[in-house]
Amino acid sequence: MYWEKDLEIMPREELVKLQRERLHKTILQAAKTPFYRKQFAKLHITPESIQTLEDLQNLPFTTKEDLRQGFPFKFLAVPLEEVVRLHSSSGTTGVPTVIYHSAEDLDRWTNQVARCLYMVGVRKTDVFQNMMSYGLFTGGLGMHYGAERLGALTIPIGAGNSKRQIWFLQFFKTTAAHILPSYALLLANLIKSEGLDPKKDLNLRIMLIGAEPHSEETRQRIEELYGAKAYNSYGLSEMNGPGVAFECPYQNGMHLWEDYYLLEIVNPQTGEPCASGEVGEIVLTTIYRDATPILRYRTRDLASFIDEPCPCGRTHRRISRIQGRSDDMFIVRGVNIFPIQVEKVLMGIPEVGTNYRIVLEREDYRDVMRVEVEIKSELFLGDLQKLERLRERIQSELRSEILVTPEVSLVEPGTLPTQEGKAQRVLDQRKF
Amino acid sequence: MAHQISVFAENKPGRIEKITRLLLQGGINIRAITISSANGFGVIKILVNHPHQAYELLRAQGIPTYLQEVIAVVMQDAPGSLHAVAQVLSENGVNIEDAYGFVIKSGEMAVLVIQVESQPRAQSILERNGFRLLSDEEIYHL
Ligand SMILES: [Zn+2]
Repeated sequence: MYWEKDLEIMPREELVKLQRERLHKTILQAAKTPFYRKQFAKLHITPESIQTLEDLQNLPFTTKEDLRQGFPFKFLAVPLEEVVRLHSSSGTTGVPTVIYHSAEDLDRWTNQVARCLYMVGVRKTDVFQNMMSYGLFTGGLGMHYGAERLGALTIPIGAGNSKRQIWFLQFFKTTAAHILPSYALLLANLIKSEGLDPKKDLNLRIMLIGAEPHSEETRQRIEELYGAKAYNSYGLSEMNGPGVAFECPYQNGMHLWEDYYLLEIVNPQTGEPCASGEVGEIVLTTIYRDATPILRYRTRDLASFIDEPCPCGRTHRRISRIQGRSDDMFIVRGVNIFPIQVEKVLMGIPEVGTNYRIVLEREDYRDVMRVEVEIKSELFLGDLQKLERLRERIQSELRSEILVTPEVSLVEPGTLPTQEGKAQRVLDQRKF
Repeated sequence: MAHQISVFAENKPGRIEKITRLLLQGGINIRAITISSANGFGVIKILVNHPHQAYELLRAQGIPTYLQEVIAVVMQDAPGSLHAVAQVLSENGVNIEDAYGFVIKSGEMAVLVIQVESQPRAQSILERNGFRLLSDEEIYHL
């Protein structure tokens, strides 16, 4: 049941002690980087003065912009020759952010992912199909090495190319898959259009879904479509990648590995800590990484703490599923809306198909929000009035969730555009 | 017993063209077509010579399609004949959900297609009252 029992169910006091030791080492590492050396000097802070999480909170947040400004080496804490890999994500400005890993860093990350996979029941007898992009993006390689560490037969198929995915799923009787939730929904349709039933004709039993925020309703739909358990996976490249937090078999929040990170959840506007249950921005400090230590990193991901102990026995605190990103929020007629709110409503209505799109337009200086919803072919019964009632139902359920009345149009399945298998959820055509 | 296929379509140029083209390519003949639409989408109802085949063909293209039984009643193409059908049904408490007609031979023969809730009952009422109902084959051979 546990990959590393002593660490996973470690009593809180011991875990906090371990965190302090690791924080101390991390601060010493950080002091070797040009970015933090300069910051510490500016604030007259000595590494010795930071011992606890409370001490750490005297330091400013580190942002994605800081990482960009720090390109290429300002966050590097070891000699370059000790670095064995880098991962990089390109920003909208074109300046990439880079995370360097030593051999030991990679080993720890691999262990972290193996811990997650083992927790949800992946074993060496599994055939693991990794449908995430390989390369600079961490989703592919990160999960790949964790699955290999467990001893699972790992298929590095990468993202896209659905025909090939389906062939591998069938031929190798794949039992576990790592997949984007939006792609899992699309792929199910493609599997059906080849005359196969994803539930009966495939052998999937475990699906790891992550890399984009998704709702509980989407998870349930994926589980029904494939007849498999789907577990929520959370990670970001600045904090290694997949494996930062992961659902346990109880599927109620994700355990964030506190022997790897210090966790804070803060109000995105004020930076003040959030109470348990209150949604705020996840802020993480690496405490088990040597080459690129990052202190108080603002992830932009929104979630809340779940404070109650988990029945699985793990003592690492849980966070809720990601409620959105503090930067993917859009504003319609003055109201803040997250795409995930729309998704939650749509995926809870059985007649709604697997894809949808939010289109924002501006007509006569007024915002118009249109939600295009694919209908489900199987549930079309030839009746115009039923469709109109469905449209009205979607509209009214959306209104009560987002407090804005959107226009709703029903569209034919498979007609909404997708990019590289990833659904495009928001199209903002407003010109201000 | 006659069958009708219903197709979901968005109100966009080319939707009907696409559906009729697919049916044409599949060697299927259209006997009647009717379109009703609401907010940005509509339902196209079609009578064809091979409804099951047409249904499979459109479904295979991923187009939301539904196959259902309808009643096709033969009428005189003359004033009052539509009323005669409606009267019989209303006297027996049968509610018509949807109906459309097409003329076979001007001034002589027309066909009324009706959708009701309780199909078998409506059918037996009409037959007892002397109306002639058509099967898919008969519609095609008219
Ligand atoms: Zn648990």
